[in-house]
Amino acid sequence: MAEHLLEVKNLSVEFHTAAGTVQAVKDVSFHLGRGETLAILGESGSGKSVSSSAILDLIDMPPGRITSGQILFDGKDLLTLSAAERREINGRRIAMIFQDPLSHLNPVYTVGWQIAEAMTTHGLPRAEAEAAALKLVARVGIPNPEASLGKYPHEFSGGQRQRLMIAMALAMKPDVLIADEPTTALDVTVQAEVLSLLAELQQETGMGVLIITHDLGVVAEIAERVVVMNAGEVVETGLTRDVYKSPKHPYTRKLIGAAPGKGAMHAPLPKAEPVLSVRNVVKNYGPFRALDGVSFDLMAGETMAIVGESGSGKSTLATILLRLNEPDAGEALWKGRDLFQMSPAELYKLRRDLQMVFQDPTQSLNPRMSVYELISEAWVIHPDILPKAKWRARVAELLVQVGLKPEFASRYPHQFSGGQRQRIAIARALALEPKLIICDEAVSALDVSVQAQVIDLLDGLRREMGIAFIFIAHDLPVVRDFADHVMVMQKGRVVEMGTVREIFDHPQMPYTQALLAAGLDPDPDVQAARRAERLALAKAS
Amino acid sequence: MTETSLSTAEDDLPEMQSAARRLLRMLWADKFALCAALFLLVVVVLAIIGPHLLDAAAQKQNLRMRNAPPFGFANGWMGVLGADALGRPLLPRIIVAMQNTMLVAAGAVFFSSIMGSLLGLVAGYAKPGVSQVIMRLADVIMSFPSLLLAVVVLYMAGPSVLNLVLVLAITRIPVYLRTTRAEVLEVRERMFVSAARVMGASSRRIVFRHILPVVLPTLMTIATLDFAFVMLAESSLSFLGIGIQPPDITWGLMIAQGRSYLTTAWWLSFWPGLAIILTTLSLNLLSNWMRIALDPVQRWRLEMGGRKNG
Repeated sequence: MAEHLLEVKNLSVEFHTAAGTVQAVKDVSFHLGRGETLAILGESGSGKSVSSSAILDLIDMPPGRITSGQILFDGKDLLTLSAAERREINGRRIAMIFQDPLSHLNPVYTVGWQIAEAMTTHGLPRAEAEAAALKLVARVGIPNPEASLGKYPHEFSGGQRQRLMIAMALAMKPDVLIADEPTTALDVTVQAEVLSLLAELQQETGMGVLIITHDLGVVAEIAERVVVMNAGEVVETGLTRDVYKSPKHPYTRKLIGAAPGKGAMHAPLPKAEPVLSVRNVVKNYGPFRALDGVSFDLMAGETMAIVGESGSGKSTLATILLRLNEPDAGEALWKGRDLFQMSPAELYKLRRDLQMVFQDPTQSLNPRMSVYELISEAWVIHPDILPKAKWRARVAELLVQVGLKPEFASRYPHQFSGGQRQRIAIARALALEPKLIICDEAVSALDVSVQAQVIDLLDGLRREMGIAFIFIAHDLPVVRDFADHVMVMQKGRVVEMGTVREIFDHPQMPYTQALLAAGLDPDPDVQAARRAERLALAKAS
Repeated sequence: MTETSLSTAEDDLPEMQSAARRLLRMLWADKFALCAALFLLVVVVLAIIGPHLLDAAAQKQNLRMRNAPPFGFANGWMGVLGADALGRPLLPRIIVAMQNTMLVAAGAVFFSSIMGSLLGLVAGYAKPGVSQVIMRLADVIMSFPSLLLAVVVLYMAGPSVLNLVLVLAITRIPVYLRTTRAEVLEVRERMFVSAARVMGASSRRIVFRHILPVVLPTLMTIATLDFAFVMLAESSLSFLGIGIQPPDITWGLMIAQGRSYLTTAWWLSFWPGLAIILTTLSLNLLSNWMRIALDPVQRWRLEMGGRKNG
């Protein structure tokens, strides 16, 4: 077994918290060879990040404590080395890239300086380091590398920043690259590019790549082997293809089953009078046109998915429809009345019909209010909905409706998991008995299995109560099982609009086709075919 | 996570009782805060009843006791902390001075924090125009030396406890105003505020129900620190002869009077100084406890039995 470059043996990590000692990682073992890509797959709280942080000595101790195990790198146990020896290895031999490149690049230094610094700290002369930085930046595909070195992090897009992080990590030609959710914050098309860059670089340098992700698609795209973690334990490990095709552990089966984009697509509803017709909405931020003539119709009980990458204007549209933001032109007829022209008094009434579920329930629920206060606030604001005597019973009823227990009413948001919090946010929206709910990336912050549950919940509400949904997402597979109509947006314009079947089976516009091709399928075989297709497309163009 | 299942009481009364009991339990868990609360309770009680009981003792001059050192029991328990330049025992003087000191300090802090926070909430949440007007007014107050302002106003209006409170309150308003506004500008962009707007909440509701509770802990901390500042500012005004006038006394005035004897009789300034420090410290400890006790996310630290855990 000595030939493994990096081997984690029986690692256990615990954290001392208020609720007692938590075993974050229990007896975890995995290994990584030279030139190999290993994925650690798991949902939040599975211990996947903790086990990789242990390799780079990034666990805060206390409250964390490594209770047992070894981390062998080149035959040496990292856990027994001194701090100075570990610094020598970190960065030089084992490098890491993080989820959010913006928060890991220092905003006050130029990127050239930062990449060169990664090398000068390990003893390279300044001039050499700068020459190497230029080569690296060119290699990771940043346009106009010489000028880019003098720029600051905020001058780059998210994908470019992640490329810069990769350049920085590769500066010392490490043997092992640890990538913690490297593409989670990126758009789908950019994600595919960054992943293929990683794969190319790995082939060139022969380094081992350890990729930590919650996304089956990323695993299928890049990893040869996969370690599936749940609740701090390794539940399954094996070749990616084998694990996907014949998962042994029930948790793996559940995870694969929850991947979106496999169910039956909705058949379009019969045509009826639209409840909401949006016409030619325009919004400018200074010279920048965020929305450029957006129009669509929505019927009662129908789900319209708005899909687009960051900067496409989809969230701006949501805030404008809710009048959190004022449009520059256009109209939106809600039951025949233009809601952009409504007076504050009319708007107050409209709030009952139009509700929103936000992306991140951690931020959209006031941390200082109990669940009861959060939900009943709707009736404080609109006293004519329900007399006060009935509030408690109704809160309990709503909690049951969204799949929570009525006892939860006296708890506070931080006592719940992300999925539960989003259910509370949905219950709050339902308290007003709305006709239309706008979901702005309502499931993208959630784990895959929780995502599926929340979508099921929303779809059930649509069927039972006839609520219409506008469902904003950056990810196409998520909307496939749920939407009636799909609207694809790019740079403030509607690129393509149609029923879900039209968009997924016969996309007309090149951008929609590119979006679909860039999406990562959890099936490694499908993904391999797509990769080949994408390469062919890239060669042709 | 702490999974405390609370009984959902039907009536409001038992719920309030249990909330009070819970608060007391959390106070018990933090022994520092408990001591601080007890100390402040003693201070408040003494400030109310002290002058009635001890006024005579505090004013009685006894020239044989001039600058008598502390811990000498020859002069009875009244003289245990020593006596001042006119032979008046310090212990009853400190207790009698408590009332004026607390009245001025608490009054000034109370008015300035209320005014400052309200204006700050408005400045942070209202339209830019309104905000500009309020901020420029604050700049005017800040750019004018506060002591000079106090001198001018008190000289014209005549020194009294009420005028003193008002002047000190006005000069301290900008501190609260600027802090509140800065925090409101940040909190108003948070998503739960948007969520409240989507529900149709009025501006008043958003400001008081959603924004204020988040800003409040910072304001409480500033207010407790300001307490000491106001006591000392009052003493410098008294020193200039436009604050509280003898024979009325305050702690600040006692410190000022003792200053000329610092080399020979340190206790004249030391004891009132210690009283100021202890009061401020207690307020600070208590506000620190309150910040945790009122925050549902932090509360477990106290409910766990006061174990501090990083």
